[in-house]
Amino acid sequence: MRYVVGFLRFWYDFVVGDDWRIALSVVAAIGLTAVVVSWGISAWWLMPVAVVVILLSSLRRAVSAGE
Amino acid sequence: MTRDVFLFLSAFLASAVEMVEALTIVLAVGVTRGWRSTLLGVGAALLALAALVGALGPSIANAPIGVLQVVVGGLLLIFGLQWLRKAILRSSGYLPMHDEAAIYARERDEAQAAGPADRGMDWYSFTLAFKGVFLEGLEVAFIVITFGSARSGGVGLAAAAAAAAFVVVGAVGAIVHAPLSRVPENTLKFGVGLLLTTFGTFWSTEGAGASWPGGDAALPVILVFLTIAAFGTVRTLRERRSARGVSAAEGVQA
Repeated sequence: MRYVVGFLRFWYDFVVGDDWRIALSVVAAIGLTAVVVSWGISAWWLMPVAVVVILLSSLRRAVSAGE
Repeated sequence: MTRDVFLFLSAFLASAVEMVEALTIVLAVGVTRGWRSTLLGVGAALLALAALVGALGPSIANAPIGVLQVVVGGLLLIFGLQWLRKAILRSSGYLPMHDEAAIYARERDEAQAAGPADRGMDWYSFTLAFKGVFLEGLEVAFIVITFGSARSGGVGLAAAAAAAAFVVVGAVGAIVHAPLSRVPENTLKFGVGLLLTTFGTFWSTEGAGASWPGGDAALPVILVFLTIAAFGTVRTLRERRSARGVSAAEGVQA
């Protein structure tokens, strides 16, 4: 059991990393892009904007927590 | 063509960064405790990695391209944003810089403190070398598979880039016989974070069903956009840090 937990923790740390909100926000941004595309609206601009917002939010949390 | 150049460059740089980190561990253990068991550990790790890639590669290649682009794009974005986040925190002084010489000294001290090497197989050296090469190599394998799987022939190109990085880092390591502390690792990680995030943005958007104006020509535009945003953030954070007098030691936990 200990090895299974260790194995899962390794993969969680490897893929999700220090801030789980980044992973969750990326999934939400991809979903939102797909929804906007399904409405027939051009959505190529959405992901770059979302990426910058996600990055800045994560940095803001990290910096605020450290000060 | 643009995509191929970006793909090769990204896979090469990302692999080189991980290999420099693995080389530091291998050198520290090998120089301190002897090379036989250390190199056996390196060989075992490379075999384990090859088996993993061989098992995962074909099953990924059979998945539909749209699904692959979403999954791979999403994973690259998550991965790239982590690298970029850490690189920005380091560049702005909120995290201490990655110091390969300090890591080498620590690994060497730990290897010496572990007691004398056994006459036959030195399991301490074997395990440490195996762990270092396997864990850093796993990141290389992840990058090669994800980069390569989103386009036909991509795995071969990404694997060639990783192999080129292996040859270059290995050759330099064998010649200088010391940790590659002069490699601007933090700068490289910043660049790799930008490239991973660029590819992740491009593929996840295509996978979600949207089309980029100009097709592949959008890749350098995304890179420039993200670079400007990242450097602007570094500048803002540096100003904030000096205004508040925060040192890297009391900065953030990443």
